[in-house]
Amino acid sequence: MKQEGILRHTGTRFLGLIPTLLVLITIAFFLIRIAPGGPFDSEKVLPPEIRANLDAKYHLDEPLLQQYFRYLGQIMSGDFGPSFQYKDWSVNELIGRGFPVSATLGGLAMLLAFVVGTLIGIAAALRQNTAVDYSVMGVAMLGISIPNFVVAPLLILGLAVYAGWLPAGGWDWSWQRMVLPVITLALPVIAYIARLMRGSMIEVLHSNYIRTARAKGLPEHVVIRRHALKPAILPVISYMGPAMAALITGSVVIERIYSIPGLGSYFVQGALNRDYTLVMGVVIFYGVVIIVLNFIVDLLYAGLNPRIRYDEAQ
Amino acid sequence: MALLDVTGLEVRFDTPEGVVKAVNGMDLSVAAGETLAIVGESGSGKSQLVMALLGLLAENGSASGSALFRGQDLMQMTPRELNGIRGKHIAMIFQDPMTSLNPYLTIEKQMVEVAMHHQGLARDEARAHAVEMLRAVRIPDPEERIRQYPHEYSGGMRQRVMIAIGLLCEPDLLIADEPTTALDVTVQAQITELVGELRQQRQMAIILITHDMAAVAEISDRIIVMYAGEAVETGSVEDIFYRPHHPYTRGLLASVPRLDRVSDEELQAIPGNPPNLQDLPSGCRFRDRCSQAMEECLQRPPLWTTGGGRTSRCFLPMEGGYIAAAEGPNEPGEPVETAEVRDASAAGPGDKRREGAA
Amino acid sequence: MSEKTALSVDDPFAAALAMEDVPGRSLWADAWHRLLKNRAAVHSGAIMGVVVLSVVFGPMLLPWEADFTDWDHTSTPPSLATGHWFGTDAVGRDILVRTLAGGRISLLVGLVATLVSLAIGVTYGAVAGYYGGMTDRIMMRGVDIIYALPFMFFVILLMVVFGRHIVLIFVAIGAVNWLDMARIVRGQTLSLKNMEFVEAARACGVDHHAIIRRHIIPNLLGVVMVYVTLTIPQVILVESFLSFLGLGVQEPMSSWGALVNDGAQDMESAPWTLVFPAVFLTVTLYCFNYIGDGMRDALDPKDRL
Repeated sequence: MKQEGILRHTGTRFLGLIPTLLVLITIAFFLIRIAPGGPFDSEKVLPPEIRANLDAKYHLDEPLLQQYFRYLGQIMSGDFGPSFQYKDWSVNELIGRGFPVSATLGGLAMLLAFVVGTLIGIAAALRQNTAVDYSVMGVAMLGISIPNFVVAPLLILGLAVYAGWLPAGGWDWSWQRMVLPVITLALPVIAYIARLMRGSMIEVLHSNYIRTARAKGLPEHVVIRRHALKPAILPVISYMGPAMAALITGSVVIERIYSIPGLGSYFVQGALNRDYTLVMGVVIFYGVVIIVLNFIVDLLYAGLNPRIRYDEAQ
Repeated sequence: MALLDVTGLEVRFDTPEGVVKAVNGMDLSVAAGETLAIVGESGSGKSQLVMALLGLLAENGSASGSALFRGQDLMQMTPRELNGIRGKHIAMIFQDPMTSLNPYLTIEKQMVEVAMHHQGLARDEARAHAVEMLRAVRIPDPEERIRQYPHEYSGGMRQRVMIAIGLLCEPDLLIADEPTTALDVTVQAQITELVGELRQQRQMAIILITHDMAAVAEISDRIIVMYAGEAVETGSVEDIFYRPHHPYTRGLLASVPRLDRVSDEELQAIPGNPPNLQDLPSGCRFRDRCSQAMEECLQRPPLWTTGGGRTSRCFLPMEGGYIAAAEGPNEPGEPVETAEVRDASAAGPGDKRREGAA
Repeated sequence: MSEKTALSVDDPFAAALAMEDVPGRSLWADAWHRLLKNRAAVHSGAIMGVVVLSVVFGPMLLPWEADFTDWDHTSTPPSLATGHWFGTDAVGRDILVRTLAGGRISLLVGLVATLVSLAIGVTYGAVAGYYGGMTDRIMMRGVDIIYALPFMFFVILLMVVFGRHIVLIFVAIGAVNWLDMARIVRGQTLSLKNMEFVEAARACGVDHHAIIRRHIIPNLLGVVMVYVTLTIPQVILVESFLSFLGLGVQEPMSSWGALVNDGAQDMESAPWTLVFPAVFLTVTLYCFNYIGDGMRDALDPKDRL
């Protein structure tokens, strides 16, 4: 009875992903093709025959719709095509190089944001309306308001240039080079989660079932841990999807500032150089990543919230 | 020796608009095995009274007075000490069963934790005990249903679960704060009947807060009538129902629709609204709505008593009673000649019933 | 709100019992009073007022233009003596006037893109919420799909594809940010639609358009105002993001984001080129967030976050 509900829930959600993916690919494809000027315009002027050859090689001389379906077919088999900009590389290879870096950066940032944000939020909620609460929330508001490209230079100036404790940029998989970018990337998400968690916890603590738990004579820490924590953290779990999208977006700037060779950097370069396949590939790839992550978060949420499973099973 | 003996209980709330006094100097006592009903309108302070006893007031609330339970003063206890009493010796069930259970935990978890914490039982023992209790409150198929979540139960069933949770540790006192108000009429009757049965089986004292006069009549021994934060009348069930004294009590009883009355009579309502607790009238708090208000009522009325736990706070003399409290123009302790007892059913000055049907 | 019933007119203490009525307050007045009590929001409003005034009138009062290069004073730190209160950048442009002029662009983009967002979001949401049923489901499914996409990437694509025209920036940023507004408006419309006063209007034979115009939209105002105030900083942030990446407004126009980008290049040697625009940008976002929060609390105190 309950198992059916979960299976059906998972199945429906999964099927729902496909139209999203399709829309994503289509929009990205037509958007970049609409651009005036092709991928080879920015380079030195090529003689017409060579130009024609290049166009044929990359199928740019075919009707647009045909190119679209050809591309769709390619995607299905997992091939994003060759990069226009980096001549010897395929997009798959470039993604293979850039994604692990970006994923590490993003993953650590998400972990940091979740742990720190939740703890701060709970602490503030338990000390509601005290000086601690107000100051923490004020700082959190600042964290949301300061753009990461403002924080980053300041951190670099302070901790790397003046204090010399950490390197100012670059990437060699050493933890020292990870510290500043991860913190900068995570900051706005920490702040948002802190505020979210605090509000949610305060609301839960005022609910009737917490009053019942207290009336049962349970010690306060048990009440918080066993009765309040799970309901309070649900909105934060829901937020994880958009949070990851925000981290991916933020990584574009972070990678630029800290000179990190991640997928975001490749994307920006590709966009500026009209590298169609690379740009498309990155957009679709990130789109898939976001969709899959959202799906996992959905499942996690349903796992924690018994009412969702029940409603779906009806 | 009473199980619970409360004297001079006051409850205040700090609001942005000023201090609100929800309860003003209440005294009450409950003997072992006795059922005391507290009756009053919304805003009379009846819920805050019991919340204060168990230390469950909101953050901006504070209470003073003394509440002796088994020899210890609840009002002086630390939260930790109170935790040893709550759920174990004094259990409480609340008004809204739909929101009083944690929707994210199974019924089993919510019951077993009480038994494990207060009685030190192991998990399987606690579970068996919980199943037994569910059976006692007549939840069908308790072995299966205990694993379900609250949203899989109906409102009436949830309230039964709440009662079951309350009874797990065999408390000396069960406080039921409007247990049937949020339920359908038929379910109300079932729950009231259940509480009545349990009360007989278990020799448990009950404080029943309600405005359901039928439930009061059915299962209570004594009644306290509250208005604007204080007790206006107390007495046994028979005394209150058959010989009500205070005009408010009479108004309450008169306003209950009855099947045996002539159907084209108007429903008797008490005119006016409950007073603003931040701006109470001087003297008797009920005087603006009282059909028998007199000039004296601008002063605080004296407390009449017959010495048998029957009291009334009013200027109208009580038959066979004497004044117990030293307020107002009368002296305490002296029985007042009540030969000329003012018959409350005769029309007096300003009596609206002069115009109405006899 | 509390009326006392006197016993009878000629009663001796009718006077003693007489009480005044408490005058009622409209919902808007209530909300306004609550907002004024929120110190953070009020202070933020005052600061924003100052910022807006200086951004609008400041450049007119200063002796230099934003692109005037003062070759005698390149990369000078802030000082009262030189007249360059915020210092100059590497080519001698006054940072103060550039910051204020940049503010004009940032705030303008904020406002216009938010209006675009508003127009699209409110229409979409109101239509979905009002017509309900299959229309609503399809439209909201669309929102879900788009919500899942990394829209910053699309904005970047749009900028690259179509060039950095300022009108395009308005449209692109607005078109990407309407989703939250649509969701909120749809939710609000749905609950309004089911309220009794709408049913009553329908029972009296009022047609759809009139209902939307007279009943639904005025009640949406509150919620919309809150989200407008919260969208403006988001939009400003997106614009400054783009400018930072070099994809924002074209020279000679400059926005705070572009100024921060410029300043970041020289931050070791001339930190004032970074600090002043960064402070203005941060303070603006900070204040808008507090004002938006305050409005949300004022209009629905139960919604506190």
